[in-house]
Amino acid sequence: MNRIFAPIVFAGLVAMAAPVVAADAPNDAQIAHIAYTAGNIDIAAAKQALAKSHNAAVRSFASEMVRDHTAVNDKALALVKKLHVTPADNPTSEALSKGAAAELKTLSKLKGGAFDKAYVNNEVAYHKTVNGALKDTLIPSAKNAELKSLLQTGLTLFQEHQKHAEELAAKLK
Amino acid sequence: MLRRFPLIAVAWALLPVSNPAAAAPHTYTIVIDKMKFGPVPGQLHKGDTIIWDNRDMFQHSATDKGVFDLDIAAGKKAALRLTRTGTFPFVCKYHPGMKGELKVAP
Repeated sequence: MNRIFAPIVFAGLVAMAAPVVAADAPNDAQIAHIAYTAGNIDIAAAKQALAKSHNAAVRSFASEMVRDHTAVNDKALALVKKLHVTPADNPTSEALSKGAAAELKTLSKLKGGAFDKAYVNNEVAYHKTVNGALKDTLIPSAKNAELKSLLQTGLTLFQEHQKHAEELAAKLK
Repeated sequence: MLRRFPLIAVAWALLPVSNPAAAAPHTYTIVIDKMKFGPVPGQLHKGDTIIWDNRDMFQHSATDKGVFDLDIAAGKKAALRLTRTGTFPFVCKYHPGMKGELKVAP
């Protein structure tokens, strides 16, 4: 199973969340950047799946990921524009992007059923990790009510994605 | 896909539901927002129409597999005329944690 970027995300978010000091909590600009980056990563993974997979269920799941994460990210962009907030790059976003690039490279070497299983297993792990970060760190840290609300809707959505990915992973075994 | 409940995309209001003995059919709305189905009307009857109003940012569906399956794009509506009695549990096929149930009386 390929879970290359999940531990990186986890490590980054734990490092961010561990000290109970206001200065160490992510601010709204950083939270927006992390959430947007996380969405983009899943869109890129889904597009890779659509390019490589011939499995109808996997392709349907990937299409759902593109559609849903694009919707959230479009909403997030509109919100930061409205709030005059410039999303701020940060170590967590960087770790996410670096890990995701490595994962895409790993998956690019796989084909057929091996790719499908690796992609879906990674989707399970990825959503689980992002959901944990949303629940434990990003949502509690968000100051702006609209941003917090969007993150909460995102968490509900991503929990559905996680369930869907788990069901799909079970079918692919 | 069986569609015992006909999907009436646009001209639903123009379609007759003729049953002189029954009460006049009603139209009810179920709002979908923030990854949830809103309250389901409690006194549905055969001949009534449900308008599914998707106010969420995501595409959803109202699906009872083998009975009805409506895709509802973000910000759009879809109509379902109730042509059978019974209990019909439905989900969003894209987000199966979203659930509800239609109870349709004669």
